[in-house]
Amino acid sequence: MLKRTVPLFITGIAGAILIVAYFSPATTNWGEVVTDWMNTLAAVAFILGGGNLLFVNLEKISSKRPGWAYALVTLLAFVLTLAFGVLKIGAVPNAQFPATPWAGDYESVRAPFGWVYEYVLSPLTATMFAMLAFYVASAAFRAFRAKNIEAILLLGTAFVILLGRTAAAAILTGWIPVDGPFAFLRLDTLAVNIMQYVSTAGTRAIMMGIALGIAATSLRLILGIDRSYLVSD
Amino acid sequence: MSALKFQHQAQRTRNAEEERARRGSPVDSQAESRVESRVESHVESHAESRIGSPAGSRGASRGQMRLSTRHTRMRRARTTVWLILFLAGGIGLAYNALVRPNGMAQVYVERGEKVYVEAVVAPPLGAPSGEKAATKWLPSDDAALIDGRAVANSAQPSIKFTETRGIAPRIARERRTAGDTNVTLSIVDTLGVWIAAFFTLAIFSFLWRDNPVYKFAESVLVGVSAAYWMTLGYWSTLVPNLFAKLAPEAIKSWSMPAMIIDPSEQTTQFILALVPLILGFMLLMRLSPKGGWISVWPLAFIIGTTAGLKFVAFIEGDLMAQASNTIAPLVALKEGQLQVGDSIGNVVLLFGVLSVLTYFFFSIEHKGRLGTMVGKVSRVGIWYLMITFGAAFGLTVMGRITLLSQRLEFLFGDWLWIIDPANIR
Repeated sequence: MLKRTVPLFITGIAGAILIVAYFSPATTNWGEVVTDWMNTLAAVAFILGGGNLLFVNLEKISSKRPGWAYALVTLLAFVLTLAFGVLKIGAVPNAQFPATPWAGDYESVRAPFGWVYEYVLSPLTATMFAMLAFYVASAAFRAFRAKNIEAILLLGTAFVILLGRTAAAAILTGWIPVDGPFAFLRLDTLAVNIMQYVSTAGTRAIMMGIALGIAATSLRLILGIDRSYLVSD
Repeated sequence: MSALKFQHQAQRTRNAEEERARRGSPVDSQAESRVESRVESHVESHAESRIGSPAGSRGASRGQMRLSTRHTRMRRARTTVWLILFLAGGIGLAYNALVRPNGMAQVYVERGEKVYVEAVVAPPLGAPSGEKAATKWLPSDDAALIDGRAVANSAQPSIKFTETRGIAPRIARERRTAGDTNVTLSIVDTLGVWIAAFFTLAIFSFLWRDNPVYKFAESVLVGVSAAYWMTLGYWSTLVPNLFAKLAPEAIKSWSMPAMIIDPSEQTTQFILALVPLILGFMLLMRLSPKGGWISVWPLAFIIGTTAGLKFVAFIEGDLMAQASNTIAPLVALKEGQLQVGDSIGNVVLLFGVLSVLTYFFFSIEHKGRLGTMVGKVSRVGIWYLMITFGAAFGLTVMGRITLLSQRLEFLFGDWLWIIDPANIR
């Protein structure tokens, strides 16, 4: 009862309220309240995630498992950043309310928390994503083989988009007159037309398919047909 | 008799050995090629090469040795390349730091002392007659204080703090040369640039292979990232959405002085805020070894709310909006004139959407007249999808390369000061 029926009931009611709130103007406020609750719970989930990270790393350090020194680094980085942010250490005073220290701006680059974002988190995440350029190129070089019409279309489009949006387009096809009958063969024009019509058509169909899939999954959850989330305990 | 028997046995043994030797050759060559391919794949994946060969296979051992030598040679070459790169980098750093007149990686700031006073500000001209004067904190040099629209409260002491703002190195040097003492080198920010450069290089070092420096940077990223999002969740959601509703007066005086409290709504807000508070505590019970099942309730709430929100959002924002945008006139006219390009484009677009949807949803057997037609349309749908994926791939590669160029720009610009397109250093 408490482990299965009540959660199913909560899921159904919460989902139904939001759907009804959309269609009925009289219940719009309910939807706002429930969304507000969900946002609050999402923030609590971050605390849960932080607590979990703390436990996992402390356990790794205490049992001196392989790589415990890295767990210690993670823990130190976590605790320091959290202290800077939650305690607003060194926050820049709020110009409108300088007498209220806790109203200060902790995200400014002049505050330790903002400094950590600017000089640690931002370069690390940006470089992580930047490094994917090498791996994407390497994977493409290994995997892409123009052996059938589908593969040729994929490869050809990728090349046209890559060339059409760089200076290479002007170098290779810049000589074709813009107003002439063959203007559509210019790489920059070709890239724009592919994006505007062909790629848009594919993307639209994919989005419509995803929307239908999500709507069906949502209904399965709200109606209690999909109960996979209940088996975690 | 026994001598004859011995000779016969010896002959059989020799024959068997010859037969084994004859058959052994191709087996060994196969083993060798197998080993070769394994070693190749090891070399390619940058993993440590541990060559396995069938026991007693002399040919495999030869192949193993040859490939092992080749592998070692490749590793040496790679190490040499990295050594050269590191040396070049080190020389470049030393040159930048010691020889170049302006140095590198310096961040300058301008500091100024700001004084704030509490003042009673008169309502603006044209304000409703009932509007009262407001008490605000203003900079001591504010225009309202000078022209008399605001009067400083002498009972409340003023507050002083130092404001800091970044300044371009070239301007900073000029002002410092002219004797401006407010412009100083920011040790904290300069250190920040060095730390950012270290972390950038540490992450890039993974391109060589997994190493302790990369692992260190990765561990820092995990810790900082978790704390960052937790802090944002706390200050931007929990404090205003939960704590401010449970204890509005306390939160207003503590951290949200701009908050407007409506006394008529206070009790309702308090009761409504109890629900996420209780659900939040239940969610945190997941960390408890015994009461973990209680967290299924808030989880069910999150799932139900997400399902309700997504159901409406995707039906409205994606399904309906995309379908509505697709239904465009197939014969496009502009001021009565036929637009050939737009017309062809709209036809291509509509046919593309329909063919891809046919591929997605009409999964019938491609037999008979209808089945064959559906099959052909689906095939065109696949072509559309391939073009879409190709475009998405191209854009993804471009996005990643842009990010890469930004990181290189940081390294060569902000850190090493080798490039300076805006002429600010």
